[in-house]
Amino acid sequence: MSMNAGGDCPSIPALLARNARKYPTLAAYREKEFGIWQSWTWAEAEVQIRAMAMGFLALGMARGDHVAVIGRNRPALYWSMMAAQMCGAVPVPLYQEATGDEMAYVLDHCGARFVVCGDQEQVDKVIEVQDAIKHIEQVVYLDKRGMRKYDHSHMNALEDVVAEGRAGHHRFEAELEARINELTYDSTCVMLYTSGTTGKPKGVVLSNRNIIATSRASSEFDHLRAGDEVLAYLPMAWVGDFIFSIGQATWTGFCVNCPESPETMMTDLREIGPTYFFAPPRIFETMLTNVMIRMEDASRLKKRLFDHYMALARRIGPAILDGKPVSALDRLRYGLGNRLIYGPLKNTLGLTRVRVAYTAGEAIGPEIFDFYRSLGINLKQLYGQTEASVFITQQPDGQVRSDTVGVPSPGVELRIADSGEVYYRSPGTFVKYFNNPESTASTKDAEGWVATGDAGFIEEDTGHLRIIDRAKDVGKMADGRLFAPKYIENKLKFYPNILEAVVFGAAREMCTAFINIDLTAVGNWAERSNISYSSYQELSQHPQVIETIKSHVEAVNRSVAEDPMLSGCQVHRFLVLHKELDADDGELTRTRKVRRNTIAEKFAELIEALYGGVASIYTETEVTYEDGRKGAIKATLTITDAAVVPGKQRMAAE
Amino acid sequence: MNDMAQDGYTTADGRKIGGVLMEMRNITLRFGGVKAITDISFDIREGEIRAIIGPNGAGKSSMLNVISGFYVPQEGEVWFHGQRRAPMKPYEVARQGIARTFQNIALFDGMSVLDNIMTGRLTMMKTGLFSQALWWGRAQAEETAHREKVERIIDFLEIQTIRKTPVGRLPYGLKKRVELARALAAEPKLLLLDEPMAGMNVEEKEDMSRFILDVNDEFGTTIALIEHDMGVVMDLSDRVVVMDYGKKIGDGTPDQVRANQAVIDAYLGVAHD
Repeated sequence: MSMNAGGDCPSIPALLARNARKYPTLAAYREKEFGIWQSWTWAEAEVQIRAMAMGFLALGMARGDHVAVIGRNRPALYWSMMAAQMCGAVPVPLYQEATGDEMAYVLDHCGARFVVCGDQEQVDKVIEVQDAIKHIEQVVYLDKRGMRKYDHSHMNALEDVVAEGRAGHHRFEAELEARINELTYDSTCVMLYTSGTTGKPKGVVLSNRNIIATSRASSEFDHLRAGDEVLAYLPMAWVGDFIFSIGQATWTGFCVNCPESPETMMTDLREIGPTYFFAPPRIFETMLTNVMIRMEDASRLKKRLFDHYMALARRIGPAILDGKPVSALDRLRYGLGNRLIYGPLKNTLGLTRVRVAYTAGEAIGPEIFDFYRSLGINLKQLYGQTEASVFITQQPDGQVRSDTVGVPSPGVELRIADSGEVYYRSPGTFVKYFNNPESTASTKDAEGWVATGDAGFIEEDTGHLRIIDRAKDVGKMADGRLFAPKYIENKLKFYPNILEAVVFGAAREMCTAFINIDLTAVGNWAERSNISYSSYQELSQHPQVIETIKSHVEAVNRSVAEDPMLSGCQVHRFLVLHKELDADDGELTRTRKVRRNTIAEKFAELIEALYGGVASIYTETEVTYEDGRKGAIKATLTITDAAVVPGKQRMAAE
Repeated sequence: MNDMAQDGYTTADGRKIGGVLMEMRNITLRFGGVKAITDISFDIREGEIRAIIGPNGAGKSSMLNVISGFYVPQEGEVWFHGQRRAPMKPYEVARQGIARTFQNIALFDGMSVLDNIMTGRLTMMKTGLFSQALWWGRAQAEETAHREKVERIIDFLEIQTIRKTPVGRLPYGLKKRVELARALAAEPKLLLLDEPMAGMNVEEKEDMSRFILDVNDEFGTTIALIEHDMGVVMDLSDRVVVMDYGKKIGDGTPDQVRANQAVIDAYLGVAHD
């Protein structure tokens, strides 16, 4: 990769101008409105965005201004970000679900002079905080609905801003041209706030170089090109959406499609049939669940066909996708399956035309991942973060597995520190945190290496990165072996019968676990097997349930044992909890993440029992009901030993 | 529009209310020996949200049916647009720019939401059955134009997700919204809502209130509504008529009505504090 990553186009506005020349009649943006897909070509989009930029100039937008953009994915809001860039200003997209307070912090921190809002709801939030934040000068809104009665002395409809820019183009054309020409690779392209799960959100400053170099490398990696289609439905404040819908879109000239409303996303997905698609695991999971539920209601013939061909697909689908040898007979069968089942199914899901699909963000269940791949959908994983302009590692075609996140993206260097933490250095590495030199210095060292905060290791034979856990959660066992609880918990949770798992073992000689059964799955099984039970508690201690859970734990142990680094994390003993871990009892966060310390304190006697070698323990636990009343659950819990596989190299340490 | 074109008034939130759109003069309605409405007069002004409230059996729905022209009162006159209205057929009423929703939802269950709303535009379609059936020539262009109007209403009421869903499969709150959409599709001057919030939960009520206010604000539609939920009525309406046993016992702004002793006694119950 050369230093001059963008050819002669050092900025997004320059790429836009190039596309308007190169692909004038190709669709650049589509949005479903009033039941019809409205579309704009690159040439039309450029005219519109320039007019908007001149309108912004008329409102007094200055170089270096921060322009906050809040709303759902709509072409006009993407344009407002590019128009701001044309003026030499910096777009700052915000999460539209943010409450007034959260929004106030970011607006205040970035010192936004302009705020572009999607609709009345967002305008109201801005007005709410405007008294406290004095530097907001102009509010611009896209959807005019309900806005007539507002005080418009410092407020304009985006449509009117564009009209003014168009009317005044003689006055602003030269100024706009000058400002666009001032943009270089090192000008700031965008500022994105981290979600702030750890402390206050930080403003990540990304330069044109970061965005364009990353977009170029990742587009070439997956052969993205003009004519590809994406669906823009993930939050605009998320770095991924910025890379996909602005970076890669302007670099390759592909078309960005915006859904009619968040609720119609699935229908719109079908209508567009994207060729390049990103979704977090949750979405793939929901889509699969919907398919399975509908298959349950299908006629018996259809269901048998479905089961038969899905079994076939699971066996040979991934191999065909990876270009591995498959017998001619199997190919013929798969072809027939494609006609009967896979093709129609992909069509229903809207994934017929997908050439490249990615998932990232959290671990995806292997069954879910394999389901899509077996249908012939090229679903891959990537690993990234805002500070890297997304891409750190990604899976090349033909080397896709559910348990790795791929090889370093082009131009990215990786390093694993002694602590196990993953470091990277890349052209996409962020410039700095806005107004926060301490955090910048503690995250990015003088040589440009950035700490990801995640612990992982690189597989020796394949060169793929595997992420284990958040670095701060990774500990050491008594004998110094690596302890990565979340890694094990995720593996356990992939079993439908297991809702939640908590693994202990930091500074201990072995790992143990609490398991929560999934009442829906296990209850369903009990019903089918004619097993009667009167309460969650009784079901959880049923010998057959415990036997099933034991088989899951042992399967996880076997798979964990294959990793020399993690083999110490095998679960030696476990118990099935008599109550569901609950946010009301403080055991989970509101986003359903396990509160390890609270649980360790609350159930200290159970943990002692796990390590104490007894076969069962009597316990009383206080619970909080939804109406706030408190009660107690009494139970005798069985403690079960699970078979472990001796570690390959670490026997001596035992 | 002679003597009735008074100046109107401005509401608390700054909306301009125009002259009289419809006036009921000394209406009496009888079913055999039963007097449903006794000598009631009131007016509805252009651009206002006018509520009719009262206990069960007070004659509210009968009043709405008189306004919509479905019932013809034995005594009294209905003036619309400054003219005395002769008894007329329902479709003639629709052509005059009056649309309504029903207390018990009256939609076509087997048809999609879109088709149901399209029926609201039937009175405006000019091409005949034959060319519509063949979908040929003018009929095509006409359907496109009507569809566009309908899509704007779908967008307005935020029911894009259920556009193609058969109405029978929808939950109650959404059906109510579809009914409102169909009424709006007729582009009415005067919109009559018969208990638009009946049977709704709090969230659905809030949504519906917002839509009623938005309709009034965006399209300038005059709205007359019957409602049981006092909180909703007092928040939404500009002026309220209170009925009891077929008689009018109060008329004025929500605050005036709240302070009216006859109303308190008859409907809201005697205040305890």
